[in-house]
Amino acid sequence: MSLLRRSRKRLHAFSNKQPLDADFEAEMAAHLEMAIEENIQHGLSEVEARRQALVRFGGMEQAKYKHREARGFMRLDILLQDLKYTFRTLRRERGFTIVAILILALGIGANVAVFSVVNTLLLRPLPFSNPQELVRIHQKDPKGGESSMTYSTDAMLEFQRQTRSFQQVTGYFAFSGPDNVKLITTGQPQPISGLSVAGNFFPTLGVQPLLGRQFTSEECLKNSRPVTILSFAFWKRRFGANPAIVGQTINLDGTQTTVVGVLPDSFDFGSVFSPGARIDVFAPAVFANMEDWGNTMALVGRLRPGVSLGQAQAEADSLFPKLHFNLKHPEFGTGYTANLFGLKEYVSGKLRRSLVVLWCAVGMILLIVCVNLSNLMLARTAARGKEFAMRTALGAGRGRIVRQLLTEALILSASGALLGLGMAFAVITWLAHQGSIALPLLGDLRIDGAALGWTVFIALSASILFGLAPGLRVSTGNLQSALKDGGRGASDGKSHNRMRSVLVVSEIALACVLLVGAGLLLRSFLNVLDVDLGFQPSHAAAISVSYDDGNSSIKRGVILQQILQRVEQIPGVETAGITDSLPMSTNRSWDITPKGHPFKQGEFPDTFVYVVTPGYLNAIGMHLIKGRDFQWTDTDKTLGAVIINDAIAQTLWPGQDPVGRIATIGGSDAQVIGVVANVRETDAETEAGWQMYLSQTAPQFGPMAADLVVRTKLPPASLASAVMGTLREMNPSQPANEFKPIQMLVDHATSPRRFFVILVGSFAGLGLLLAALGIYGVISYSVTQRTQEIGIRMALGSSMARVQKDVLWGTLRLAAIGILLGTAASLGAARLIASLLFATTPWDATTYLAMVAVLTAVAVLSGYIPARRASRIDPLVALRAN
Amino acid sequence: MFMRYSSVVIPQGYDMHPSKLDLLQGTLDLMVLQTLASMGPQHGYGIARRIEQVSGNEVLLNQGTIYASLVRLEQRGWIESNWGTSENNRKAKFYAITASGRKQLIEDARYWERLSCVMDRVLAMGKE
Repeated sequence: MSLLRRSRKRLHAFSNKQPLDADFEAEMAAHLEMAIEENIQHGLSEVEARRQALVRFGGMEQAKYKHREARGFMRLDILLQDLKYTFRTLRRERGFTIVAILILALGIGANVAVFSVVNTLLLRPLPFSNPQELVRIHQKDPKGGESSMTYSTDAMLEFQRQTRSFQQVTGYFAFSGPDNVKLITTGQPQPISGLSVAGNFFPTLGVQPLLGRQFTSEECLKNSRPVTILSFAFWKRRFGANPAIVGQTINLDGTQTTVVGVLPDSFDFGSVFSPGARIDVFAPAVFANMEDWGNTMALVGRLRPGVSLGQAQAEADSLFPKLHFNLKHPEFGTGYTANLFGLKEYVSGKLRRSLVVLWCAVGMILLIVCVNLSNLMLARTAARGKEFAMRTALGAGRGRIVRQLLTEALILSASGALLGLGMAFAVITWLAHQGSIALPLLGDLRIDGAALGWTVFIALSASILFGLAPGLRVSTGNLQSALKDGGRGASDGKSHNRMRSVLVVSEIALACVLLVGAGLLLRSFLNVLDVDLGFQPSHAAAISVSYDDGNSSIKRGVILQQILQRVEQIPGVETAGITDSLPMSTNRSWDITPKGHPFKQGEFPDTFVYVVTPGYLNAIGMHLIKGRDFQWTDTDKTLGAVIINDAIAQTLWPGQDPVGRIATIGGSDAQVIGVVANVRETDAETEAGWQMYLSQTAPQFGPMAADLVVRTKLPPASLASAVMGTLREMNPSQPANEFKPIQMLVDHATSPRRFFVILVGSFAGLGLLLAALGIYGVISYSVTQRTQEIGIRMALGSSMARVQKDVLWGTLRLAAIGILLGTAASLGAARLIASLLFATTPWDATTYLAMVAVLTAVAVLSGYIPARRASRIDPLVALRAN
Repeated sequence: MFMRYSSVVIPQGYDMHPSKLDLLQGTLDLMVLQTLASMGPQHGYGIARRIEQVSGNEVLLNQGTIYASLVRLEQRGWIESNWGTSENNRKAKFYAITASGRKQLIEDARYWERLSCVMDRVLAMGKE
């Protein structure tokens, strides 16, 4: 209690300085009067009495100081004094203050933004309950795309029954594409995206519906009442967040489906499982209908508490090889494998390297900022040398002066941090809404407590970094020389200049590393763009087509042929074709073997399969090497037709002509009618796998999804309405699907790399700018310091050109050292990012040469202005002034 | 108490003798408290003069430092202050010890007794 009372009294004293001071003055006056009286009584004269009284009292100012110190918060007073003084000084030197705060804001803001990204993608746990228990399961060889990442429903159920390590096993249907469901209301049918999930999908993840309930096990049975759960975004967008939607029915693909629940805003399927995708409605997967569909389920499991991933992996290694592909056909065999990944690791593990590189890059930016500011502060304190010398002479301790400078650094840092935080917030908010970038968890991006803490941390560190150096410099100076009129300040001459030069050289080296990194990544990105994809994405667009063939393959052929004929008649359309899946979007794989060759699981890679119409190969721009395209007459029931890609041809029939050979696909026979060049089907950077093309009209294959691909010389968007109109004419219930340029698919696949390059490039640019400012500052300052010397030189006959050359040489020397150091550092650092490069070595000579050229040019430019100023010095003026 | 250890000093009137004892702030506080307990309410000048007299002028005291001490004591609630008039009809701030101040005084005095006994014995050790 005593402490509380004392604190209260101190607080009271702190805020009532003036009346208490007046009170004490009166007390002291009374004391002195009484002392003088006593002295007079003892016989001293008035003057002597007064003098003695003052002597006995001791210092008046000191008494006042001690009184104040005892009664209030002295330290706080000193701090406030420092702050007031700092504000005054900073307000006076507006130019410096604005520049300092701006570059601090850029440095801190970039750091906070990157930290938020790293935090969201790498550090923060997923927004599920006990997310560390969640595990993604897929097969060991993901070469065959999605099909070999998934499991059949029978296998999944078997695993569910047998596992001891998992408390729950769930999954989702991995082959949904966007816009696969029609929402039928009054007016045009709306394409929306739907996904089938296992009945226990949301409970396993720990996601509770915002409204309504989960699926029940009855709803997962065959022929049960169709139900659906809506995603939050869809509910908000389409139904205006109306809570009455639960229990109502909506028409999905012609079926009245009851809405039983709405998911919370915190759950975004695409964010975690399929970056860039957006799912609107979820339906329970009816396994009874899916038994014969092959590998379709992507598995996710929740470990039992206390079971480690290693233990689960060991169990999986023993269980999965025994799981049946199809329980009704045990002859199809067993032999799955499983790779278990923590879900968080699976979602963002691939990005770890890039994010670490990003973090380092942005950290380097902050270092450059601190170095720059350190230099600026050093210049300022050198100019204020007399002020500090005066204060030291008047009794300020070294600590007081260093504290003053630190306070200035802190104020600058804090202001920069506030501004930077605002910038980071804007950037993060913009990023979080960029659905087009295929990065996971992007929607979860936000500035949270951790980011704020990080801001405080780096603001403090930065202020110490650039505030301490000038402080220490200043307080070790020679007092007397500083106070003299002609003195150059408390810190001058060679050692001071050297420190600043060292700082600038380090700045240049750091900028060097950033430039090389950005250059290498840029080259990689350009190389990726240059890759021969095997098809021509530009000048082509695709739209999803719906038709009703009444399950007759003959009718299907007729309908598709009609569609293509009508579409090709649209002015501007060169060719058109239809496929069931486009490159770089969803895919699936089957197996192909030469006829007679016994099928061995795992002998050949899984083969991507595309079911197409005649004309598709031309429409998508693929290159036919041998043989021919499909024809509408390829409808033979016993011997289907297949077009294989070069990779298959080289392996199955090396050195021979594959055209005419018979192959076995999914149990049926097919004759090879043509060979096409390889296509990069997953993304530009992944090597092409095995691809085969089958005919849409073949009766062996049921109706497939149909994407109409149109090739045109005009900008594809201009044909959108014409194509839509034609399709609508033939099928009035054609939903308003999106007419997507094929280029968009390719861009989507390269979007993470593009995004990364833009970021690192911006940082490199920023670093270059700061380095340029640093060089300018140092050279400019040294010119100012050498004004007298230059004046003497010019008076003695040196020409303007000579003076300019001297200054520029000084600049180049600095830059050369910096570039040398920077190149060495880059060579080391580049090796660390080697795994992020594509078709570029870390020692790419072009990049390094370009970096040297750019830095040299920038250095010369930065030194040019001070050089001109130097050459303009009037010798008379220079010699006269100090 | 501690004054027994003064190894020095013949005071010379009002001159400040360099070898007088420097006081730690805690000991000055205690002296002030004791003075107020024995003298009754007193103003700052009176307290300072009293301490000088009682200590036989052996204590180095800048009279002004007493006021910091008074502030500390008042903050802890051991003394209270009021403006009043002195014997010579001057306005002065008077300080008086409180009940908790008296309690504190007894504790502190006991502490110093013990301390000085112990110090006596320890220092006598070296003389054997």
